[in-house]
Amino acid sequence: MRSTRKLVRVLATAASLAVALAACSSQGGAQSQPSQGGGGGAAQGKRYTIAMVTHEQAGDTFWDKIRAGAQDAAKSLNVDLKYSNNENAPEQATLVQNAIDSKVDGLAVTLANGDAVIPVAKKAADAGIPVVVFNQGFDQYKQAGAKMYFGSDEDLAGQSIGKRITADSGGKALCVIQAQGSVALETRCAGVKKTFANTENLYVNGADKPAEQASIGAKLQQDKAITHVVTLGAGDALAALNAKTDAGSSTKVVTFDLNPDAAKAIKDGKIGFSVDQQPYVQGYMAVTALWLNLTNGNDMGGGKPVLTGPSFVDSTNIDQILPYTASNKR
Amino acid sequence: MSAPVATQPPRAPQEPPRATRSLTARVLTRPEIGAVAAAIAIFIFFFAVAAPFRTLPAFSTVLYASSTIGIVAVGVALLMIGGEFDLSSGVSVVTSALTAAMVSFQLSLNVWVGVLVSLIVALAIGFLNGYLVVRTGIPSFLITLSTFFMLRGINLGVTKAVTGTVATPNVSELDGFSAAKAVFASDINLGFINIKITVLWWILFVAIATWLLLRTRVGNWIFASGGNSASARAVGVPVHKVKIGLFMGVAFLAWFYGMHLLFNFSSVQSGLGIGNEFIYIIAAVVGGALLTGGYGSAIGAAVGAFIFGMTTQGIVFAGFDPNWFYTFLGAMLLLAVLVNLYVKQYALTRK
Repeated sequence: MRSTRKLVRVLATAASLAVALAACSSQGGAQSQPSQGGGGGAAQGKRYTIAMVTHEQAGDTFWDKIRAGAQDAAKSLNVDLKYSNNENAPEQATLVQNAIDSKVDGLAVTLANGDAVIPVAKKAADAGIPVVVFNQGFDQYKQAGAKMYFGSDEDLAGQSIGKRITADSGGKALCVIQAQGSVALETRCAGVKKTFANTENLYVNGADKPAEQASIGAKLQQDKAITHVVTLGAGDALAALNAKTDAGSSTKVVTFDLNPDAAKAIKDGKIGFSVDQQPYVQGYMAVTALWLNLTNGNDMGGGKPVLTGPSFVDSTNIDQILPYTASNKR
Repeated sequence: MSAPVATQPPRAPQEPPRATRSLTARVLTRPEIGAVAAAIAIFIFFFAVAAPFRTLPAFSTVLYASSTIGIVAVGVALLMIGGEFDLSSGVSVVTSALTAAMVSFQLSLNVWVGVLVSLIVALAIGFLNGYLVVRTGIPSFLITLSTFFMLRGINLGVTKAVTGTVATPNVSELDGFSAAKAVFASDINLGFINIKITVLWWILFVAIATWLLLRTRVGNWIFASGGNSASARAVGVPVHKVKIGLFMGVAFLAWFYGMHLLFNFSSVQSGLGIGNEFIYIIAAVVGGALLTGGYGSAIGAAVGAFIFGMTTQGIVFAGFDPNWFYTFLGAMLLLAVLVNLYVKQYALTRK
């Protein structure tokens, strides 16, 4: 009796193992993803603690790249990276204060709402903590006591898109703003309008992709004059592509920023081009520049902001860039 | 359908022997005792795991983060004891700040004019909330949800229409700014610790609310209105006035915190404040207020805000992975609510 039960158990285990093995997919899924390669060997010497405080709204692919860059830099430079974020400016300011209280060696901060964060970032600089501003704060980083800035100029990026649309002999552009009330997003669309005057803004709820798709689709059906849709994020470009199909429209979709799906759509010719501000570089350089400053007293940019964009991604260079999007670097 | 029956407990033949209850018994039956126990447990936890948490500047930052929640949470707790909700409290903070900034900047006035105008606007919003709730009898959840959406739209729409951007202009150049900053957003040096003035205001508001609840007739009215408004009205409590007053109290404290936002940061983004209304409610509930009304305390709401501030900052001081931030926060709140429950049960069953 007992041995029968044991046999049944062994057979059941073997059967479930066999099922599990057979269930393995021969392609796709996590197995085909490249392993995350860190930077080079760890640097020797003192281990510095660097705080990075951003206005990230948790769970955004764009910010994931900034963090990937920062983490890779921290790993190769033997830096203890303390990352924290809050999308609301007052809370972000408190997080910077938190970093000062923790007596970090360096501070990398974004200035999405300068008025709130500058005074406390200045406090860090006055306390002798080297400060680097990245991603946002192009006009204001010096007020925060920061020596360096790594990021793009949103206005310039918008203008470069407007120029491309003009060169493409566009008729009317629709600039899709996925979050109401963000200064950076407004600046991008304003930049587009500067070099391509017939631009209209459309506000959608980017947190709800089906609703966003429906809003863009409705607009495309209502206004047949639109020749170009400009989206401000890679995920939004995909929503715009779906909306375009739904509406049976022949407009061209162009976008800011990249993700693997958007890169694939550029390769397939569905998205015209992308203006990439290279978030990985922003995170990587913010940490590296602080480390160089702490170890050698270096600074970069010659007192001017260091621009990580706009960098155009289109059919001419997508083959080179496509593999990097999968490893979270573009 | 049977008519609602208001049952009165049988009258005791003589006064209950209150004086004979021991100090421990009295302390253990307070609404906030569970929250205090939870706060101590969480404090010990972060004190043990996060080295930077042990310093005085860090404690000051924790107190500041707590005060930014606690100021409005005091009003929200009183309102919940009175049996109502206010979902518009988070955005009305920003409405007040935006009003003050735009009125004083666009008309080039002394900032104190903006401060006063925004106070009137805030109190009007509070009055409207309260008036609609008591006149229509519609649950406050729905009325204030509508106000929440309207204010959210107004905040963005009016700011964009008036200033052309989504944030207010910087008001720090206007007359009266430094005086207003001193009142609403200065640093106070206590010799051994540098704290934000909001912490002192917070303590003051909690003290006033506690005195109001426990030592005045209005306090009894608030408990009665929230416990059973029909019988409260039957014994002569002006339930409508009490509730409107409570909504205006929340509006006043939201205005106060709005002024802090404005004068601390000199300008305000119109999209702020959304979601904070739940944090205020959570602080009140963690502090022992019942969702059904009639029970709770102002000190409890303060302790609830302290737990929230301590946890949000403690997670960062401890250097936990921010991806898991809300998981830690949720676990800490669950811990707080559970400790709260067990301490209360212990207090009720002990002889």
